[in-house]
Amino acid sequence: MTHGTKRNRTVSAEGVARVEGEGSLRVVVHDGSVSEVSLDIFEPPRYFEAMLVGRHFSEAPDITARICGICPVAYQLTACAAMEDAARIDVGERVRLLRRLLYCGEWIQSHALHVYLLHAPDFLGCQDAVELAERDPSIIERGLALKRTGNLIMETVGGRSVHPVNVRVGGFYSAPDPGAIAALAEPLERALEAALATVSWVSGFDFPDVLGSYRFVALRENDQYAIESGRPGSSDGLDVSPRQFAILSVEEHVARSTALQARIGGRSYLTGPLARYALNAPLMPEIVRQSAHAAGLGPTCTNPFQSIVVRALEIVLACDEALRLIAEYEPPDPPADEVVARAGIGTGVTEAPRGLLLHQYEIDAAGTIVRARIMPPTSQNQLTIEEDLRRVVEGGLDLDDDDLQWRCEQSVRNHDPCISCAAHFLDLEVERS
Amino acid sequence: MSVVAPARPTLAVWKFASCDGCQLSLLDLEPELLALTRAVRIAHFTEMTRAHVEGPYDISLVEGSITTSDDLARILEVRKQSRYLITIGACAATGGIQALRNFVEPGEFASMVYAHPEYLRSLDTSTPISDHVVVDYELRGCPIDRFQLLEVILALLAHRRPVVATHSVCQECKARGTVCLVVAGESACLGPVTRAGCNALCPSIGRGCFGCFGPSEGANVDSLTSWLRTHGHSDEALTRLLQTFNAAAPAFRDGATRLVATSVTLGENPRGRKERL
Repeated sequence: MTHGTKRNRTVSAEGVARVEGEGSLRVVVHDGSVSEVSLDIFEPPRYFEAMLVGRHFSEAPDITARICGICPVAYQLTACAAMEDAARIDVGERVRLLRRLLYCGEWIQSHALHVYLLHAPDFLGCQDAVELAERDPSIIERGLALKRTGNLIMETVGGRSVHPVNVRVGGFYSAPDPGAIAALAEPLERALEAALATVSWVSGFDFPDVLGSYRFVALRENDQYAIESGRPGSSDGLDVSPRQFAILSVEEHVARSTALQARIGGRSYLTGPLARYALNAPLMPEIVRQSAHAAGLGPTCTNPFQSIVVRALEIVLACDEALRLIAEYEPPDPPADEVVARAGIGTGVTEAPRGLLLHQYEIDAAGTIVRARIMPPTSQNQLTIEEDLRRVVEGGLDLDDDDLQWRCEQSVRNHDPCISCAAHFLDLEVERS
Repeated sequence: MSVVAPARPTLAVWKFASCDGCQLSLLDLEPELLALTRAVRIAHFTEMTRAHVEGPYDISLVEGSITTSDDLARILEVRKQSRYLITIGACAATGGIQALRNFVEPGEFASMVYAHPEYLRSLDTSTPISDHVVVDYELRGCPIDRFQLLEVILALLAHRRPVVATHSVCQECKARGTVCLVVAGESACLGPVTRAGCNALCPSIGRGCFGCFGPSEGANVDSLTSWLRTHGHSDEALTRLLQTFNAAAPAFRDGATRLVATSVTLGENPRGRKERL
């Protein structure tokens, strides 16, 4: 909905589509400049941090999975990391590798969903993927097959794709049968080809000429592209432990949002594919770096609309990683380490498909959760999403209202916000005063 | 005589308080998804499309529970606009995990999470859709099974009754030949009182059922809990088991309440919560 003249108008959208959850968008243009931008999140609060208090530490992975049906593995594995930190145990190598495989499944599933069903229709002027499929079914079929492969990994390792059941603090309830894991190779080989074709496809889209100035924050590891573990780092030199990061990132509750908004040192930052690429691209396997080069990406990508290319690259990476992991698979035996509760605080961080996820729990000696803090990626990205909107509107003042609204929605979708996580999504209101 | 092709029935998907996982199950149909979009017209599905077609709708799928006054008004409107209203998932059928707020003092949870609870417009309870409007069919599960969802939609399109089991997970275990975890003494299991639909997934990996499909028909929770009690499972652990994703489902809620009421103090006092009504 928009009203006013091009120099003075309000653009608003109540219920932004093709995002996970409910939120609305409001932009006010006054005298040719943007005077107000807000992404309001009105997803009904569910009070997870409160529900967790009084529960046993072993319940956190399954309970927090219910924050988000799109990225339940991120929640489960971050909860496990935090609980294992509290118990001061390190799980064995085989469990770590199996967790990374499971997480690769979720990255493939979630990224394929976003690239094909949620984001690509914007670049092709389609309302949705069904309209896109009417033009060329083979493209959407390719995307759905990719997504299926991600789900297949999650089903094989986790038992099911939405809210897997096999994850527990310390490891897994049972180690998947090597035959079942080996059977993933064939679909994954095809998925890798489809992922490479996806990169070529999306890198040919027309991207609006918008460059952001981002402070990127992502996990880093010494020897691999961080997914299921790592140390928080930033493009401006931050390199801290998960526990220090939990102190540095301060969340604030504002009136128009049921998501808390995070800042570090009073300033916004961005997590997710663009941040991971900027900080960790040299650690991408050769096949991914070649694909990035062919797609024309430099060492960093600061055009938020090109996040779709980076997301496609991360599908390639996840397929390649998954193939390596299944080739080397050895069932963890026992499937889980025993975890004995001890009083203390545990912090866990992992890279959810849409960005850094942090869990922190305080546990008493009986293993009961006394305090819980969960910082999802969308809370951390919300301020940056608003800053992007401002740039997009400033660069798009000559667009008519409908096109400007669509551009704004697309700009929000660039960051794959999960509003169910952050507290659902976008109604756009454009006000030209 | 000329034959006019009938218009495709319209399908709308509505979200209330939830995690999006059950509506994702529709997209997870993957190979069947495009075929489905040829059989029905997607009229409203925010997670998938910008396009919106005004009602009325032939089929509405409703995910999530009612936790705000705005949502309460919205579900009444969805009902008015829908020929068939089908709820999908545990949140819509029983209030979901967020119904744990029903067991504490009003406002207690909000003040634990938000610095300014006064900014929120949230009800003190999370309630199932059937508390507010007539529901034509409830599909259970946290999450639902996507093939059950397909079955329900196909049945509606064919004007027949959906074939969805109402017996227990316990029977599914027997059918697939899984060794009983309860009898083997390994873990507490809600299989005997939980609705089938997952094909006894958790017991098949050596994990006790945690009740995500909610109570089965005629569930005898007291019988199960008293048996588990005598086999070394604490009242506290059993109460937590019942008070998770379907905590406010009457059979689980009352089972937990009676467990607390009949608790003998053996070691720790159970932390069972009594639902505020």
